[in-house]
Amino acid sequence: MSKSKLLSKRTKQLLSDPLDDNNPITVQVLGICSALAITVQLKPAIVMALSVLVVLSVANVIISLMRKVIPSRIRIIVQLVVVATLVILVDQVLRAFVYDVSKELSVFVGLIITNCIIMGRLEAFGMANGPWDSFMDGLGNSFGYAWILIAVAFFRELLGSGTLFGYPVLESLGIYELGYENNGMMILPPMALITVGVIIWIQRVKNIKLVESK
Amino acid sequence: MDVNKNSTTFGFTVIMVIIVAALLSTAAIELKPFQDRNVELEKKQNILSSVGVTIDRDGAENIYDTYIKSELVLNVKGEQVEGSAFDVDLGVEMKKDANAQLLPLFISNVEGVTRYIIPLRGKGLWGPIWGFISLEEDLNSVFGAVFDHKSETPGLGAEINRPSFEDPFSGKSIFEGEEFTSIKVIKGGAEEGDMHGVDGISGGTITSDGVSDMLDERLRMYLPYFSTLKPAAEVDSVFNTLVSLASVKIQ
Repeated sequence: MSKSKLLSKRTKQLLSDPLDDNNPITVQVLGICSALAITVQLKPAIVMALSVLVVLSVANVIISLMRKVIPSRIRIIVQLVVVATLVILVDQVLRAFVYDVSKELSVFVGLIITNCIIMGRLEAFGMANGPWDSFMDGLGNSFGYAWILIAVAFFRELLGSGTLFGYPVLESLGIYELGYENNGMMILPPMALITVGVIIWIQRVKNIKLVESK
Repeated sequence: MDVNKNSTTFGFTVIMVIIVAALLSTAAIELKPFQDRNVELEKKQNILSSVGVTIDRDGAENIYDTYIKSELVLNVKGEQVEGSAFDVDLGVEMKKDANAQLLPLFISNVEGVTRYIIPLRGKGLWGPIWGFISLEEDLNSVFGAVFDHKSETPGLGAEINRPSFEDPFSGKSIFEGEEFTSIKVIKGGAEEGDMHGVDGISGGTITSDGVSDMLDERLRMYLPYFSTLKPAAEVDSVFNTLVSLASVKIQ
């Protein structure tokens, strides 16, 4: 495969589109469930983003390779089986060889299967495109998912617990002495939704073409 | 080939299921020994950590026997019975009738100090929680506690395995005079000087309550055994006091 094909304009777009114009969370409003569930702290959010990256790009390639032989009536089931198998395999391998990471992931591994972004990309992209493009699409969407997740987790951990990666940032800056207190609301799920909402708002102010015409 | 024929659909499903089943069961069987080993080492690491010996998982194996001097299996009457305490699975025991349960107990000796380590197991919000609590020789003061969980909410209930939650247990006591009080995890924070309470976790109340219930339920099971040891412990402390008095006089 020539270099021009590897990073053509189209593949670049596959990578960059989901970061802004076609973001899976803020524009397509998929994967909201995990954006609420695991953004209390930064570390789990990053681990989740990495896991989704692996599962989504590999599953997209597998589905893309099989797309011509999958009977259309059972395609959703096939996609689900591919994703679930991958997730279980990853979980088993992690538990055997990198036990600490697997403990960190704990419940998220199961959550990956239910991530609507994965099923959405397999159905919308993997089923209709070649393996390389599907891989790129998987990467692009994972990055789009990852940056929202990390941004939300950053604000929730900082404002809710006063820490980042567990390190007491606000305490070491001496903010508490000025009478500041952590906002306990930030660690509860509703604030994740509101934080995502604020991100969507900012994004639409900056990116006017996302705003629907009246 | 028309992939949408009924026969092709059936054929595809059968082949897919067989491949996936074979793949997953092979992976599960091949990886099981590695996974079991990790769990065993982690248990040793947790037991050691409850008596203040911090070591990484791989190192736990080597020093476990140095510090853990005896492992007892007790029945509910507090009598010692045959068996290997390390292999007693509390998850299995707790499904048995309360009178038929086996109670594992580990006794450690770190730098000459004897401590009793009691394994714990209970229910959190989403799944099991477990841990180890170590008592000083007086069978009243807590030396340390470690907790862990299967699937508590990250950042909330899952915080029970953090030092910020575990450390305050140290120095608390499980008896008020002669009465067993256990240690409660208190929503909104324990009052200063409360010897039987520690701070709960904001947003993790159900897990915190699970820890309280677990401590009460499991420690209570050991009371008969404690009462067999207590007189001896008291005699020891009286003896020690006499010895120290005597040495003061000699000086």
